[in-house]
Amino acid sequence: MLLINCPYCGPRPEAEFVNGGQAHIARPADPMSLTDDEWAAYLYMRDNTKGLHHERWRHANGCGRFFNASRDTTTDIIKRTYRMGERPEAEHQGAKP
Amino acid sequence: MLSPAIMRSNALSPMQSSGTTAAFATTLSILPDAAKLVFRGKTEAIEAAGAHFGVKPSLEACRFAAVGGRSVYWLGPDEWLFQAVNENPIEVFGGMSVALQGQACSLVDVSHRSDGIAVAGPTAALVLNHGCPLDLSLKAFPVGMCTRTVLGKASLLLSRSEEHVFHVDVWRSFAPYVWQFLDEARSLS
Ligand SMILES: [Zn+2]
Repeated sequence: MLLINCPYCGPRPEAEFVNGGQAHIARPADPMSLTDDEWAAYLYMRDNTKGLHHERWRHANGCGRFFNASRDTTTDIIKRTYRMGERPEAEHQGAKP
Repeated sequence: MLSPAIMRSNALSPMQSSGTTAAFATTLSILPDAAKLVFRGKTEAIEAAGAHFGVKPSLEACRFAAVGGRSVYWLGPDEWLFQAVNENPIEVFGGMSVALQGQACSLVDVSHRSDGIAVAGPTAALVLNHGCPLDLSLKAFPVGMCTRTVLGKASLLLSRSEEHVFHVDVWRSFAPYVWQFLDEARSLS
C-alpha cells in the first residue's frame, strides 16, 4: 500500500487519507468586484498538470489535519509533504505553485 | 436533567453472547463505559485541562497518558480525548468546564458516541491487521501509542496499553460491525 508522510503523524497508509484538490489557490479578497467568469475560474478551473503537482490532502482517519503534498502525477510519487501555510520548496516551484 | 441510570446502553451488549464460542488465542471484551470529552485548543489550555484532570496530556503525536482510570489520548496537534472510566460524564464535564473558564478552547462531551473493545492475546496485532493497514509491530506501534485509523469500513481510535492488549474505541453504529469483523478474524488467525 502507498505510504503518505503526514507532517504530524509520520508515514501512514494511503487508506487513511483523502485528497483535497489543488493547493495554493487563494480566495479572492473581494469577491464582489469579480466578474462571473473570474469567479467561475476561481471556483472551478484547475491545472491538469503532468508532472509535479501541489495538492491538499487530509489525514481524515488519523489526526484529521489538512496538509499539502507535492506529487508527481506521472509516477504517483509524493516528493514532499508540508504543513498548511508553508510554501512548496524552491526547487519544485517551476511547476506552478 | 436526565438521571445517568437511564442514559446509556452499550451498543455491544448483544454481541458478547452471540458469535463463536470456541476458545481463541485472542479474546474480545467490552470495555466499561466511560466519560469521554473531546478537547480542542492551544497549548496553554491543554496544560490547564491536564492539570485539572490529573493526567499530563502528551504533546508528542500519537501517544496517550494514563493515571488510574483516567487517560488522555492525543488525536491531533490541537485535539485530545479525555477519558474517565466509570465516571459520570456530567460531573467530569462540569469540573473541566469550570477549570477551563477563560481559556480559548472547545470541550465536547462525546461519552455516548462510542463504545470500547479490548483485543487481547499474543495474536491480537495479527487479528487487527485483518482490517487495519497500520504496521502494528512493537517498533512501529509501541505500548502507549494511540491513533485514529481504519478497520475494514469503520473509522476508530486504536491504542496499545500492553504488548498484547489493544483497545478499540468505535462509534456506536459501527461497534457491532467491528466486533463481528474481529470475531471472524480471530477465528481465521
Ligand atoms: Zn496525521
